[in-house]
Amino acid sequence: MATPHFLVHSPKDNVGVVVVEGLRAGTDMLGVITATDKTLTLQASNDIPIGHKVALKPLKKGDTVIKYGEDIGRMTADAAAGEHVHVQNLKTNRW
Amino acid sequence: MAAKSDGKRHTSAGNLSFRGWRRENGRVGVRNHVIVLPLDDLSNAASEAVANNIKGAMALPHAYGRLQFGADLDLFFRTLIGTGSNPNVAAVVVIGIEDGWTKRVVDGIAHTGKPVVGFGIEGHGDIATVAKASYKAKEFLHWASELEREECPISDLWVSTKCGESDTTTGLASCPTVGNMYDKLIPKGITGVFGETSEITGAEHIAQSRAIDARIGEKWMKVFQAYQDEVIEAHKVDNLMDSQPTKGNIAGGLTTIEEKALGNLEKIGRNCRYIEVLEPAEMPAAGPGLYYMDTSSAAAECVTLMAAAGYVVHTFPTGQGNIIGNPIVPVIKISGNPRTVRTMAEHIDVDVSGILRRELTLDGAGDALIDMVIRTANGRLTAAEALGHREFVMTKLYRSA
Repeated sequence: MATPHFLVHSPKDNVGVVVVEGLRAGTDMLGVITATDKTLTLQASNDIPIGHKVALKPLKKGDTVIKYGEDIGRMTADAAAGEHVHVQNLKTNRW
Repeated sequence: MAAKSDGKRHTSAGNLSFRGWRRENGRVGVRNHVIVLPLDDLSNAASEAVANNIKGAMALPHAYGRLQFGADLDLFFRTLIGTGSNPNVAAVVVIGIEDGWTKRVVDGIAHTGKPVVGFGIEGHGDIATVAKASYKAKEFLHWASELEREECPISDLWVSTKCGESDTTTGLASCPTVGNMYDKLIPKGITGVFGETSEITGAEHIAQSRAIDARIGEKWMKVFQAYQDEVIEAHKVDNLMDSQPTKGNIAGGLTTIEEKALGNLEKIGRNCRYIEVLEPAEMPAAGPGLYYMDTSSAAAECVTLMAAAGYVVHTFPTGQGNIIGNPIVPVIKISGNPRTVRTMAEHIDVDVSGILRRELTLDGAGDALIDMVIRTANGRLTAAEALGHREFVMTKLYRSA
């Protein structure tokens, strides 16, 4: 298999993690769901640093972000599929 | 990968063993340190002077020990006595400003049966104390240097874990590598521990469910809730962004405490259950198995507490490159972040970045870590040891009187 651009923990997740350095906007990315070995493809909307998250589907402000099949916080702004998800649009539900 | 095949050889053997020093109380150490332990901040100078005189003796300077009281004082003594009692320590010279509390530390360490002696500075001054303590440290060092390692079953090994400067690669690669190691070695009778109470926030339902039974799960939840109420909620001024998660975590792509917590918990694998909940620096007493310890997530504080509880090897997953070590316990660094492995290679003992490229399976990574744990127990110096990282940091519960 080709080296994936991003990995997804669980089939329930709506974000993935970029695992290559220097990913540029417009890249047609290959992703793998580690729990199932299922592959998926997605075009990156932004330059996304290694380790940072990408939206797997359109996310609306207020949506719950799911990673590891679990709630990791809520969107504070919309993000299209392929967009960078981080502190600019995702916030904790705690503290 | 070479490490992968080495790992397979060890785990397929079934009867894992290592060569360590069996101490007077039956516990086994993987290092043979003679330490000079200051009772208090005032005694650091004399302790460091002794370590300078006697090559091979190591001073453990720290910042506390004066006017502490109550639970904070109990934790202080537990940490100091536990450090001296750790089986990686062959013998101890304690130096304190006065004789009373110095004796309390000496008596605590003496329960292990190892050589330990104390010196008070008041009435003598630094110079005479350093001279007396140096003669004793030299005597201990000669004695310890002739002790020999012996073959010990893997069940004699106590292995702790705590991750640091995590990023999203720790949840994908280095933390589950530690989890795979525990899933394989806990059934072989090792004693493990994980902690970091604030860093389970958002994954507490999972952590509670991993207790051996409902009673321990409820005990764990009480400890978790107390940390939320008495530490976080009592003192917070915002949502802790930049502190927990740290600036480094955020730079590495972690956005929320929930996300960080879920990655953190990958360290306990798929099958392990923790059998008891420990106070900070409390020695496990319920037999082999995995324990939970109530600690902060600050790396040096947490590893110091686990070392004081008697753990002899530490496994430390890192994403962005936490460089921590400990004076008496070898800290094995595991990283899955290819940039960190490239830019900070001298700090990393086990490279599991192949997991991200799908070249290395979790099973293979776990075997590679087991191989490195055994090599480290047998005497291989970790990156942190070679680079001189000796972070010894007390956990302080509140201001001194």
